Amino acid sequence: MTNDAPIVEDELQAYVDGRLPTARRAAVEAHLAQNRDARERIALEVRHRASLRGQLEHKFAEPVPPRLWIANIRAARRTTMLRRLTALAAGALIFAIGASSGWLAANHEIFVSVSALPPTSGVAQNANAAYRTFVVEVAHPVEVASAQEGHLLQWLSRRLGKPLVAPDLTPFGYKLMGGRLLPGNGSAAAQLMYDDARGKRLTLYVRAAEGSETAFRYQRDGDAATFAWIDRGFGFAVTAPATREELLPIAEAVYRGFGSVSSSK
Amino acid sequence: MADPGPLIEPHIPALRRYAFALLRDHDRADDLVQDTLERALSRWLLRRADGDVRAWLFTILRNLHVSTWRRERRHGVGVAIDDITIPAIAARQDTALEVRDVLAVLEQLPEEQKSLLLLVGVEDFSYDDAARILGMPIGTVMSRLSRARQRLRSAVETGKVALLRRVK
Repeated sequence: MTNDAPIVEDELQAYVDGRLPTARRAAVEAHLAQNRDARERIALEVRHRASLRGQLEHKFAEPVPPRLWIANIRAARRTTMLRRLTALAAGALIFAIGASSGWLAANHEIFVSVSALPPTSGVAQNANAAYRTFVVEVAHPVEVASAQEGHLLQWLSRRLGKPLVAPDLTPFGYKLMGGRLLPGNGSAAAQLMYDDARGKRLTLYVRAAEGSETAFRYQRDGDAATFAWIDRGFGFAVTAPATREELLPIAEAVYRGFGSVSSSK
Repeated sequence: MADPGPLIEPHIPALRRYAFALLRDHDRADDLVQDTLERALSRWLLRRADGDVRAWLFTILRNLHVSTWRRERRHGVGVAIDDITIPAIAARQDTALEVRDVLAVLEQLPEEQKSLLLLVGVEDFSYDDAARILGMPIGTVMSRLSRARQRLRSAVETGKVALLRRVK
């Protein structure tokens, strides 16, 4: 735009906002100097703009109240999300049990009560439900990240009532991402999540469990394979999208890892 | 994943200012900001990675404000008659009759004009950003801004007349 082009309303507005290109400022000011009405109107608009800003200045300067701190909003979100997912996971488990007993009944097989299921099966199912729920989570796969591993393990150990270590699965290409606390079978359960270089996720699930069944139980649900076992009052399950052959050595390594910790205690 | 906290936090004072100017109620304004922040955190990964965080946050806040307002209007709650009458101009705006309480007068403008004046005049958004936040064609911003300022001037004028009458 040339310097002697006629002044248009858009330019007067840009002048009010201090957004007029410098090249046009002199032309606009000359125009205003010659036009009393325009001059008074623009002066008034400039004053209104400044008053509005001034009246709101104190609001901008106020300290941000704690309820609007990101950390607090996040903590509140985590609580509601966990509550929601807990309900979801519990629902999934009830559904799984209902579906299987219903199938048995429909086939005129014996009725199987939940307690009659081998304890490892319960652990495997809980672990699988927890795996399904959280492994797809993009924003919050874990509640506490591995950066705070010490804190994570201390916290989970306290809630679980068992000293928990995060087994080193780097020989298998899996690195610890972090973990979370879940409702177990009437008590707390812990889930540790690992991922490999391609983002494939593996979970280790631990909760209190009765029984003395130490044999590994293998279970497959779609692409997810689970090995579960019970060792000295606790049920363990390793779940990953892997074949039985790939997962077995990992489950064995975890089993040995926990065995040594428990015996060293 | 980039931590959204440090990218969002610097904008909270401005979000509170905008919310307060829209609602003129400290608690409701902070409720609106809280809703905005919750939504921003839950949608953080869905935002355009190259986009401006500040404009994105203001867009969320404004959309929430408009949808709440629509809902309240539909259900016919929230606004008592006393609240929608023209706010009184404080008597201290004495003989000079210069209306200083522009914020109170702003209340009489339609939401879109109010928001436009606040985003451009107080929050210093560019015309393009303001248009995007308000979902209006970029080509129409300047004329709408001009109309909004004209409307504000006449509302201030009315306030002055009302004040004059009261003074007499």
